[in-house]
Amino acid sequence: MADDAALEARVTALAAELRCLVCQNQTIADSNAGLAQDLRHQIRDMLQKGRSEREVIDYMTARYGEFVLYRPPFSARTALLWAGPGLMLAGGLGALLVVLRRRQRLAADAFEPDANDDDGNTTQPG
Amino acid sequence: MIPELGHLALILALAVALAQGVLPLAGAQRARTDWMALARPLAIVQALCIVLAYASLTAAFVRDDFSVSYVAAHSNSHLPLAYRVAGVWGGHEGSLLLWQLMLNLWTVAVALFSRSLPLAFVARILAVMGLVSVGFLLFTLLTSNPFDRLLPPAFDGRDLNPLLQDPGMVLHPPMLYMGYVGFSVAFAFAVAALIGGHLDQAWARWTRPWVTAAWIFMTIGIALGSWWAYYELGWGGWWFWDPVENASFMPWLAGTALIHSLAVTEKRNSFKAWTVLLAIVAFSLSLLGTFLVRSGVLSSVHAFATDPRRGIFILAFLVVAIGASLALYAWRAPKIGLGQRFGVVSRESMLLANNVFLAAATGAVLLGTLYPLFLDSLGLGKISVGPPYFETVFALLMAPLVATMGIGPLAHWRGDAAASLARRLGIALAAALVAALVSSWIGGRWSAWSLLGLVLAWWIVCAVATDLYERLQPAGWSPARLAARLAQQPRAMAGMWLAHLGVAVFIFGVTVVKTHDVERDVKLAPGGVASVNGYDFKLVGLREVEGPNYRAVQGDFEVAKGGRRVATMHPQKRVYRVQREPMTEAAIDSNPLRDLYVSMGEPVDGGAWIVRLQHKPFVTWIWGGCVLMALGGALAASDRRYRVKQRAFAAHGVVVGR
Amino acid sequence: MLRFLIPLALFLAVAAFLAAGLDRDPRKVPSPLIDKPAPAFVAPVLADGGKTLRKEDLLGKVWLLNVWASWCVACRDEHPLLVAFAKKGGVPLVGLNYKDRREDGLAWLARHGNPYAVSLFDPEGRIGIDYGVYGVPETFVIDKEGVLRYKHIGALTPEVMAQRIVPLVAKLAGADG
Repeated sequence: MADDAALEARVTALAAELRCLVCQNQTIADSNAGLAQDLRHQIRDMLQKGRSEREVIDYMTARYGEFVLYRPPFSARTALLWAGPGLMLAGGLGALLVVLRRRQRLAADAFEPDANDDDGNTTQPG
Repeated sequence: MIPELGHLALILALAVALAQGVLPLAGAQRARTDWMALARPLAIVQALCIVLAYASLTAAFVRDDFSVSYVAAHSNSHLPLAYRVAGVWGGHEGSLLLWQLMLNLWTVAVALFSRSLPLAFVARILAVMGLVSVGFLLFTLLTSNPFDRLLPPAFDGRDLNPLLQDPGMVLHPPMLYMGYVGFSVAFAFAVAALIGGHLDQAWARWTRPWVTAAWIFMTIGIALGSWWAYYELGWGGWWFWDPVENASFMPWLAGTALIHSLAVTEKRNSFKAWTVLLAIVAFSLSLLGTFLVRSGVLSSVHAFATDPRRGIFILAFLVVAIGASLALYAWRAPKIGLGQRFGVVSRESMLLANNVFLAAATGAVLLGTLYPLFLDSLGLGKISVGPPYFETVFALLMAPLVATMGIGPLAHWRGDAAASLARRLGIALAAALVAALVSSWIGGRWSAWSLLGLVLAWWIVCAVATDLYERLQPAGWSPARLAARLAQQPRAMAGMWLAHLGVAVFIFGVTVVKTHDVERDVKLAPGGVASVNGYDFKLVGLREVEGPNYRAVQGDFEVAKGGRRVATMHPQKRVYRVQREPMTEAAIDSNPLRDLYVSMGEPVDGGAWIVRLQHKPFVTWIWGGCVLMALGGALAASDRRYRVKQRAFAAHGVVVGR
Repeated sequence: MLRFLIPLALFLAVAAFLAAGLDRDPRKVPSPLIDKPAPAFVAPVLADGGKTLRKEDLLGKVWLLNVWASWCVACRDEHPLLVAFAKKGGVPLVGLNYKDRREDGLAWLARHGNPYAVSLFDPEGRIGIDYGVYGVPETFVIDKEGVLRYKHIGALTPEVMAQRIVPLVAKLAGADG
């Protein structure tokens, strides 16, 4: 229970990235389980001795595997995970642009005639 | 006797659901009015059977009938009455029956409020909902019967999980299930349209209020779940990107996309294939959620106790239901027409861009949730994907979505010019940037993320203000004229403004809490004081408290700010007599500007306790924003055009190829 | 026109993964220490606080490390198996008394039998953390060079003993024979 607020903040920030293995999906920052408390002590210990955040993470993964990290490290097997959302976004926007542009080029008779209850006015209902 | 009655009611409901699923559908195909006309009565009879079954299970709980296995597992004679009633949905079998009840309620609602729809269409919709019901009833009767007997009966029950003995438990599951199940209506409307071949603006106009209604319940259900976790679980978190939370968030995102896509289809009769696909996807995500929660494939605090048989059954049901509807889509969608045209820069294209962002967000959440399972089943080891991933990815996807939220409502239908939009919104953007900087400065703490969040929230506010200005300003500036003109605006518009402002309030709350939230774990003995952000928390004393079915150690706190007393708080550490798990009951002092949050940790030597103290500014704005969103939805759904009787159905109809 | 089949194809792929996931246990975490040198330790002995045991003292023979505690309910379930295993002779069974009090640990052994050649005393769980212990009981198999070869999470069962541990131990012990 260090009184040093900055140290505590670093401990909490690290603890919030690590998974409590005896719980069902909680960080070791939030869990009151015995192992979670022990690991928080361990983190505080290591930071007080001057270790870096990177070294603490490596220490935990060496013992518990990558499963203990809530932020999966970028590697060949997680490439799809990290790149996926960006690819979906780019792909979706690209597809939309292509479809809209393609429709611009189509002749008017591919579409329905414009209904006469709409005049493109901003006062139209949404 | 009563449990057997309930069981019988379920079996009867299955038979009726089968009839409801088959006869009206066949009738619509063969134009047999007598078969189609059976749809409504069958739906009502089925609902009555389910109500009877549900009432039987509730009766078993209220009467402490521990000869029913499910009751013995989830109730106790000392459990207060309210929780005996709510405890019905405290476990897998009972919550499944609740799901079933909701399905029947929505079906009856469709049966009763569809008088103006063509009979064939209604017949198909009710038939599809009947088939969904068949699937769930088979699942219940074959693998999850809540009426199984326990012989000899237990002397007393194993009690409801203490975490569930709370008012949040009474409200959250019913609201959430109303939302989950409500998307089955949109699903049924979509499948019925694909089968029948009439997919047009009228269809979009009929479907929209049902989607909005389901969406409102889902919004409230998720918000309640988040708020409940916040005050019940004891550590001040309100969203963990847990697989089960994601399972409810994904249909919500898809439902939001669907509401906006329906706007385009209703207006222009275009992107119908996409809208229909969204309707199928939204309910598919609901079903997927059911699978994730009840099959044991993912680890979560919310997951029900599992049994591989159940997982296999639900998966089979998923494959049949979703596979068949997506196959139907693949077959019929190519023949759906293009509708009317619109420009690359237009309100329609902004709405579709909104859909791209929401779809990408849904996909990202799905990817993150299923990725550990994906790697494990390929033998590539086990990883965890948690809040650090989701928060980063989601925030980045939300930024362009929020940008579109500002531009879309101002863009003209059918076609607009980017330059003119930029001119009209330029002031809003500048105002948003200034407001964000000023609020950052007032708050005193900032980061790149906090600036982004504030800009996004203020952007929405300024864009709504711009829209309002453009619409109301021609009336002149007198309050009476402005108010009159405001009242003239269609409810759909007012609903949109309110819902979008709700999003702004939500983003503001999340941003401020994440930037300014302070939590401290301190060791306090009676008489001790600790400070957080200018608030002094004094532990006046500790005492033992007896509850109806628990014993607790209670800490009595006085909180002062600048010497003036601000609150008294009484957090407890409870041990429930039957389940014996220690539980933290946090004390929260709430006002619109901040929450003070105190929870008891562990006792240490010397009569002291480790206590967690938190100061959370604007945290209630998170749920307040959700409430505004739901109100906005309700306002929009009550728009005139959904209540006015329809003109002849054939007016706008474009028939999908036959 | 084939693009309309994409949603169905994607869904079937997801369903296939979900099906594969049904017989996995999301809570079982594989150890990253397998086939790596077992973590070193210098620990007091449970029975006699004055004595210490180091990992080096155990080199040259195959041995089992069993993590147990007097407060652990599941340990009672597997204990008879360990007692029987120790009676048969063969490789030494080293206990790791994890996060326990010395008196409680010794009393528990007195009551349930002591199959351990020696028990290490780890009241703060430091050795446990080094070995990636997260659920008690756990059992490790370590070979003659001090390399960790196998980890079992949870209480031992006759099947696990017969099908995994005993054959592995025999193989490792006979490795240079």
